[in-house]
Amino acid sequence: MTEFLQQLGKNTHTSFTKLGRASFFLLQTLSGILSVLARPRLLLNQLYSVGVLSFLIITISGLFVGMVLGLQGYYILSDFGAEETLGVMVAASLVRELGPVVSALLFAGRAGSALTAEIGLMKATEQLSGMEMMAVDPIKRIISPRFLAGLLSMPLLAALFSAIGIIGGQLVGSGLLGVDEGAYWSQMQSNLDFKDDIINGVIKSIVFGFVTSWIALFEGYDAIPTSEGVSRATTRTVVNSAFTILGLDFILTALMFGDN
Amino acid sequence: MANSAPPKNSLVSVQNLSFSRGKKKIFDDISLEFERGKITAIMGPSGTGKTTLLKLIGGQLFPEQGTVIVDGNNVHRLRRAELYDLRKRMGMLFQSGALLTDMNVFDNVAFPLREHTHLPESMIRTLVLMKLQAVGLRGARQLMPNELSGGMARRIALARAIALDPMMIMYDEPFTGQDPISKGALVQLIQSLNNILGLTSIIVSHDVQETAAIADYIYVLSEGKIVGQGTPKEIEQSPSEWVQQFMNGAPDGPVHFHYPAKDYVDDLLSTGKRY
Amino acid sequence: MQHSNTQDTLVGLFVASGLVGLFFLAMQVSNLSSFTAHDSYTVTARFSNSGGLKVKSPVSAAGVKIGRVTAISFDPKTYQSVVQLSIDKQYNTLPNDTSASVFTAGLLGEQYVNLDAGGSDDFLTEGSEIEITQSAIILEKALGQFLFKSAEEKK
Repeated sequence: MTEFLQQLGKNTHTSFTKLGRASFFLLQTLSGILSVLARPRLLLNQLYSVGVLSFLIITISGLFVGMVLGLQGYYILSDFGAEETLGVMVAASLVRELGPVVSALLFAGRAGSALTAEIGLMKATEQLSGMEMMAVDPIKRIISPRFLAGLLSMPLLAALFSAIGIIGGQLVGSGLLGVDEGAYWSQMQSNLDFKDDIINGVIKSIVFGFVTSWIALFEGYDAIPTSEGVSRATTRTVVNSAFTILGLDFILTALMFGDN
Repeated sequence: MANSAPPKNSLVSVQNLSFSRGKKKIFDDISLEFERGKITAIMGPSGTGKTTLLKLIGGQLFPEQGTVIVDGNNVHRLRRAELYDLRKRMGMLFQSGALLTDMNVFDNVAFPLREHTHLPESMIRTLVLMKLQAVGLRGARQLMPNELSGGMARRIALARAIALDPMMIMYDEPFTGQDPISKGALVQLIQSLNNILGLTSIIVSHDVQETAAIADYIYVLSEGKIVGQGTPKEIEQSPSEWVQQFMNGAPDGPVHFHYPAKDYVDDLLSTGKRY
Repeated sequence: MQHSNTQDTLVGLFVASGLVGLFFLAMQVSNLSSFTAHDSYTVTARFSNSGGLKVKSPVSAAGVKIGRVTAISFDPKTYQSVVQLSIDKQYNTLPNDTSASVFTAGLLGEQYVNLDAGGSDDFLTEGSEIEITQSAIILEKALGQFLFKSAEEKK
């Protein structure tokens, strides 16, 4: 029993220490962002590897998620004779939830894990240390541009996901199942609010982009510099990002859509 | 010891340094001097924290006790910006080379120039080609780091380390894992760079022959202490058993071949245990 | 440093398509285009019971949506429900004897405010009050009355 308590205490202690390191890391990263803005080339390169390379998986997944929503929504709604509201259902679930959440999960799997592995390997091969000895701050030079790229890419990717999903729902709904196209769009437009739905969705995706990039970069930077350490860190990035995204989604949803 | 006293005109001076990792004491109150314009070597078996010493000198690690003075600056008392300014004048050659893997050779050597100067691209090109010529790899400028052999990677890293014309270079195990030809090339390169550029060199190594051939002064470390110091000749004739074992590569001596264990016969006879 | 024109172009395309996605969500999916873009004026209406009316419920005249409910409050003196209606500026020729009633769209649909134009020559303006109102029909009440009546008739 005492052993268990000791272990528990030790684990709590190490996780708080890690959280402390992560917060300090975040502060350093944020303070490096100004110098990134002075060198847009660094940001552009990262926007490519973080954003552009996630483009395909996000758009294709968005299309399929939208098509499935169209199909499932149609079967449920037609039971109540409310097929006309299919657009509302597809759009609301995408814009409010699935767009930000699923694209953030995909982003963590695609870009987050790659970032962790890249930073971890740079650490393992002494590239970060070497940079420090060349009087180049690796946080400013390596971490901050990647962080900013993640932060900027996420809302764009989430918006793409939702937009393509809504079109996918329309393809299935009115193309295949015969829901009136006008009703699909007009019901959607009259029931979705710009501020409450679209802006809140964008805010969610910015928050998710922030935490996912933070987790991915920190795990890489904090990885034990061996091949096993890096592979564990990569796994942790995906797992921790998923937990954090879903947990934060609940909190954000409660805050945003709670008092209606 | 009757050996010659440590040099006086030192660029780097390590005073009463102690450092531990966890419970293990890596350095226990050691003092070393590195003379300007000379090649000083730190030797000792693997795991004696030689790389750690270089990181302490470079200000990447903090000592528990003692001070490190580089060119009149107390490294661990400097502000961040001052430390970074000092580091621009300190080159370091990592064991792995630590080349940036997402850039080719040219860009790697140009990296410190582009980060720290605002030179026009044409001048950077000239400088980079000069540095690459110095290490004999001007023709390899378009290769990526993964296309280089270990020896080439180290020479490129050396070109990068001298890109900003530093006052000193720290070499971390420059000869380890090199074939005899690359070893010879590196030995010659280190010596000629030191003489031509007037650098101060610190070499951390356990390759006795190569190091002894070029070093002006040698410190031998073991278990956190300095067990021998002097010119290569003095070290060779050192009365210390330990130094003799290390220099001659005898398998047993003060440093035992066997990791501490209980009696061999007892261990074999105690059956029923898994380990 | 590695950079190529292709990479720049792809980043440009990526950012542009993301922005198009956002624009699409704003204009095509949400109601941004249909309402908030226009100016509006606010009038009040008092109902003895506003039923299931909510903030943002539509306000329509002759079946056309011309505005929305912006606030609902309870007046503790008159015990009435005070409803603020925001009406699009382009419909500024509603007579001031227009009547407002709370209707339900279909049997189970959402409730909305319906405006029936009167015959006056003066128009509703910012801050005017709609005098003639008809409360929401509460389904339970109506059913109760109906059952009560038919029970009386049987006697």
